[in-house]
Amino acid sequence: MLETGAETQAIVPLLETKSLLCERDDRVLFEGLSFAIHAGDITQVEGPNGSGKTTLIRILCGLSTAYEGNLFWRGKPMNRCREQFCQQHIYFGHLTGIKAPLSAEENLRWMAQCRGSSLKGLALDHAVDQALAKVGLRGFEDAPVYTLSAGQKRRVALARLFLEPVPLWVLDEPFTAIDKHGVAELEAIIEQHAKQGGAVVLTTHHELSIDPSHLKIIRLGDAREGV
Amino acid sequence: MEPVYPPLRQGLLAIFKRDLIIAFRQRSDLVNPVFFFIMVITLFPLGVGPEPEILSRIGPGVLWIAALLSTLLSVDSLFRQDYDDGSLEVLLLSPQPLFIIVLGKIMAHWCITTVPLILVSPLLGVMLFLDTETIKVLIVTLLLGTPVLSMISAIGAALTVGLRKGGVLIAVIALPLYVPVLIFGTSAVEAASMSLAFSGQLAYLAALAIFSITLAPFAIAAGLRISVSG
Repeated sequence: MLETGAETQAIVPLLETKSLLCERDDRVLFEGLSFAIHAGDITQVEGPNGSGKTTLIRILCGLSTAYEGNLFWRGKPMNRCREQFCQQHIYFGHLTGIKAPLSAEENLRWMAQCRGSSLKGLALDHAVDQALAKVGLRGFEDAPVYTLSAGQKRRVALARLFLEPVPLWVLDEPFTAIDKHGVAELEAIIEQHAKQGGAVVLTTHHELSIDPSHLKIIRLGDAREGV
Repeated sequence: MEPVYPPLRQGLLAIFKRDLIIAFRQRSDLVNPVFFFIMVITLFPLGVGPEPEILSRIGPGVLWIAALLSTLLSVDSLFRQDYDDGSLEVLLLSPQPLFIIVLGKIMAHWCITTVPLILVSPLLGVMLFLDTETIKVLIVTLLLGTPVLSMISAIGAALTVGLRKGGVLIAVIALPLYVPVLIFGTSAVEAASMSLAFSGQLAYLAALAIFSITLAPFAIAAGLRISVSG
């Protein structure tokens, strides 16, 4: 499913950070943060509100450059393999990027094409239909997104994860506005993704029911206690 | 393992098509700039009097200034919606180079806001007593000059999209850079109305257009990265 061979995956982590430091308004959010995300990992970033979870997520996916320290993608410095990194991760943030006047299908199609998807024409249509069915939106493909509920909008954005196999998922609060049943499904999907050799980084305040032996936790917010 | 990168055209066309579809579904983006343009120009004969000599004297300048201001008014919405709904982040994290995506967005924005305006300008030219030859040159100067205006104001829009109220700031950043375009544009039309040679001004406008279309997207892409990162 993924491009690298099994041996290299075991040795070289997908994403590695070395002594990350981030400050906001003269307050150190985190410093000396070093961790590695390997294929098969589910990593949860934990911490109280305002502890810098979203900031860390935005730094990891390359949206924010307000940090010191180093990021590595498959062992290479991030600034030298940006395009490759962008092809191989999906970021799902608080703002989903879904365009309200477009239908769910049109939204997924432009997102796939902007990612430079290799899917074309009928293959893309098929992938879009399948992805929407997987998030439980069968029958809502052609409705403009502004007619959907908040949870359904989030589901349209989540459908992006299933269009094409992508190694790394970076999810910021993926369970917001999703119903109980949907949360359980999404958890199962995240576990399955990790089992197939993908990696997931996520933030959530929700109690995950994922097997704790597979779950790595990064705790933020300790810096604040020292102040 | 050398990854295969998709053709650049794909991202450009995808974003171009997306923005056109959105514009046709929310008509206000399509109608507002051209309505503003028509309104400003129809007010001029009422304000300065209906004498043909005066109107044909100031006509080229009036048309150009109205086009310039309507570009400036519409450009605030260029990245605003994408910033607010998060799709700008999706675009920024696309493996396609950002300047290609930016170019697609600005092409779409130009088609939505400026092409209707160029289409109605002959009619408004007739209203301001410009002769046929002058109107032809006016259309050519608008076709060459308005892409430059779009590119320049997009730099301002990219730098200010992260701010709550960036409208005035865009004007401050972009207006000084509009001046050469305005001078060459109006002087070509005026030269044509006096049956003088105007190819020099057109050549300058074309040079400005090529210069801005090739280089501005890089500045806009850098501006967007700063705005989103902040």
